[in-house]
Amino acid sequence: MSPRAACRLEQLGFTDVYDYVPGKSDWMAAGLPRGGESAQTPYAGDLASHDVPTCPIGDPLATAEKALREHRVCVVVSADSTVVGALYPDDLRNSGPDATIDETMHPGPTTVRANEPVDPLLERMRHADIDGILVTDPEGRLLGLFHRHHAA
Amino acid sequence: MATRVTDRERVQRLVDDGAQLVEVLPRAEYEHEHIAGARHIWLRKLDTEAPRRLDRNTPVIVYCHDTL
Repeated sequence: MSPRAACRLEQLGFTDVYDYVPGKSDWMAAGLPRGGESAQTPYAGDLASHDVPTCPIGDPLATAEKALREHRVCVVVSADSTVVGALYPDDLRNSGPDATIDETMHPGPTTVRANEPVDPLLERMRHADIDGILVTDPEGRLLGLFHRHHAA
Repeated sequence: MATRVTDRERVQRLVDDGAQLVEVLPRAEYEHEHIAGARHIWLRKLDTEAPRRLDRNTPVIVYCHDTL
């Protein structure tokens, strides 16, 4: 619909017209500000904690040691914050002194987009018996961690 | 020909610089959810409403749900 609107605006004499091709779905999935009725009901991205420990994939595991002693997860990210894996406290205990993050991490953790509706997500999390899930933008970049207690 | 923008950061910069952001979906979809700050002009009303409500000398960004 927007390509036709852009074309028609030009025919109407508008000279500087842009078509935001990925549109509303892309904007909402990235957790950017919204208006309308849906803004009254929080999405997963609205409730997620943005204070999530991260570590870069190329580093020694020791880099993540402090985070893993203080938190239940450390998210492994690329240079542009794309989520590539996760580390848990047990990984620290089960690895040798020369271990790297790359070889130790659990690749491909489950993620949801920022505009994931909360109630169905909570139901799926209860069913899968998981407490937290990572929230990313459409490019897979980390936005936060949604925890079941956030919706309590 | 209109410029296709796939980068939402660029959309944000254009809006920050004064561009007019317009959702062209039917009103019910706009009222349910829209990009903050966007105004609504349905595609089928564009001919009558765009010249009246939009400034021809200011950039306009249109969007719908996605390209599908």
